[in-house]
Amino acid sequence: MLKYIIKRILSSIIVLLGVITITFFIARVIPSNPEVKWAGQRATQEQLEAARIELGLDKSLPEQYVIYLRDLLHGNLGMSLNTHQPVATELKRYMPATLELVLLAFLLAVLIGIPLGIYSAKKKDKMLDHVSRFFSIGAVSLPTFWVALFLQLIFYKSLSLLPIGGRISVEATIFQSMPKITGLLLLDCLLTGNFALMGDAFRHIILPCITISLYPIGLVARMTRSALLEILGEDYITAGHSYGLRDSKMLWKYALKNSLGTTATDVALSMGYTLTDTFLVEAIFSWPGIGSYIANAVTSLDYPAIIGVTLFGACCYIILNLLADIIIASDPRVRL
Amino acid sequence: MNNLIQTLKPRIESFRESMYLLARNKLSLLALIVLVLLVLSAIFAKVLIPYPQDIADASHIEIKLQPPSAEHWMGTDELGRDIFSRVVYGARVSLSSALGAVGLSLLIGIPLGAIAGSFGGWVDNVIMRLTDIFLSFPPLLLAIAMVAIMGSGLNNAILAISLSWWPWYTRLLRGQAISVKERKFVQAAETIGTSRLKIIFKHIIPNCISPVIVQASMDIGGVILTLASLSFLGLGAQLPTPEWGLMISMGRTYFPDKWWYCIFPGVAIFITVLCFNLLGDAIREILDPKTRKK
Repeated sequence: MLKYIIKRILSSIIVLLGVITITFFIARVIPSNPEVKWAGQRATQEQLEAARIELGLDKSLPEQYVIYLRDLLHGNLGMSLNTHQPVATELKRYMPATLELVLLAFLLAVLIGIPLGIYSAKKKDKMLDHVSRFFSIGAVSLPTFWVALFLQLIFYKSLSLLPIGGRISVEATIFQSMPKITGLLLLDCLLTGNFALMGDAFRHIILPCITISLYPIGLVARMTRSALLEILGEDYITAGHSYGLRDSKMLWKYALKNSLGTTATDVALSMGYTLTDTFLVEAIFSWPGIGSYIANAVTSLDYPAIIGVTLFGACCYIILNLLADIIIASDPRVRL
Repeated sequence: MNNLIQTLKPRIESFRESMYLLARNKLSLLALIVLVLLVLSAIFAKVLIPYPQDIADASHIEIKLQPPSAEHWMGTDELGRDIFSRVVYGARVSLSSALGAVGLSLLIGIPLGAIAGSFGGWVDNVIMRLTDIFLSFPPLLLAIAMVAIMGSGLNNAILAISLSWWPWYTRLLRGQAISVKERKFVQAAETIGTSRLKIIFKHIIPNCISPVIVQASMDIGGVILTLASLSFLGLGAQLPTPEWGLMISMGRTYFPDKWWYCIFPGVAIFITVLCFNLLGDAIREILDPKTRKK
């Protein structure tokens, strides 16, 4: 078991190196004239030359690669061409808002998706199973950026119930100071007992959170259903039935427990997809997270920022994959 | 002739059984019908749409941003163009681009998978680690990074999607190739001295390709969604192409007051992707021996 985990970690590190190499190629081989972006359109020849040296573009590619690796080891993702700030610092600043959104969306996905999956496995091929199937497939077929707009149309324009975007109302930021403990605004408000602000923040997070959670809800429901159905077809369940155990006891006590490993893995993996969805949704709800950051970077061709976010996303994905594999490995039925 | 019928018989029967299973599931059948209609309307878009000149940059400012009406079923955009015509024509853009992206991914993925599976050893190892690396990027993100840096445009978006999509097909084909490689006819070809490459392209790939093609056709929905997302970010199709994602992105300026501009192209994306996914789900269930038994 331990040997497997160590082996798995080592292979993740190799994959990470590969990912870094690919991003290096995308960043250094394709772009044209980053020094012009850095120094400005009207820069003189000398200024451009200086910019090339400052960005390290005067060195050979292998040398640049070594420097790139060394910088990454020190947590240096390069400088944003727009703001001339270190990308890593900016990511750290935008990170908590994204994290808050993703975590809440996943909580919602687990709370709705798993019961939905259990229920449709229990009522297989009944009406509710079909409805849940349609909902799950529908949820993965919706363009998230469009759902975001649709929700704005209903809850902001038609019903005037919820704010159109942002993380908090402008008035709220004028009259009180933001609590800064974890960076997760809802949690910070709770910790400082500032319930008025918490309510305001909560109203702002509802729409983006629902938009983002649709995909994982559908996925988790589908996965729970199929994992559960597979286990319900196993011999030991039939054996349990022939011993006269009640259906509900078989389901909750024996089948569900064994299907949770698979579901947990899928939750971890779908988080990667959700992360990218989050980016599009953030831009629409003006949510001050990494998504808005990359959307800005894309429009202004700020390639160190784009590459930084890509690398960051890939790292999250690799770690989630690693965790998923470790969860599977900790299942005693899997012999390694 | 009789021989041919004899050999084809089990295949025909299994196809008929599949069609029966598909027809039994009403929702999937409906999805299939809608998809056929969509493909037809994409092919004949130029004849079908009421305002053919509006798919390019025609402008009738006097009727700009009109709500849906009898003349303009989905309203008009900021240049007074008929949104219905653009949405219908958009099916052509989206379907053909998605086909292009999936086709290109297959072109990269299939040979690599066949080589990895049939050579084995270090070649297999290198190719598989490469797929691991590519699959470690969150799906859309790698494509975003590539197009952002290569420069936006529909062709670059298609290229970027294929460059991030091929590893799935490589993995699938490799798995097939490993089992096919052990079959008698491959060994026979090896014994008479057929070259390695010829064996791969003439014997291994044709015998491994069907599950990959099935998977690829199920992926088209996902690719359409990815393309629309890239266009929404301004990285895919460029003006005045009537691409669904791009139309939603343009409509955002007038949203939510002129809601029809954003909403209808989104409905088109949703219906198309939903049909592909429903059908894919049904195909998966039909091909799964566990569900097939019943």
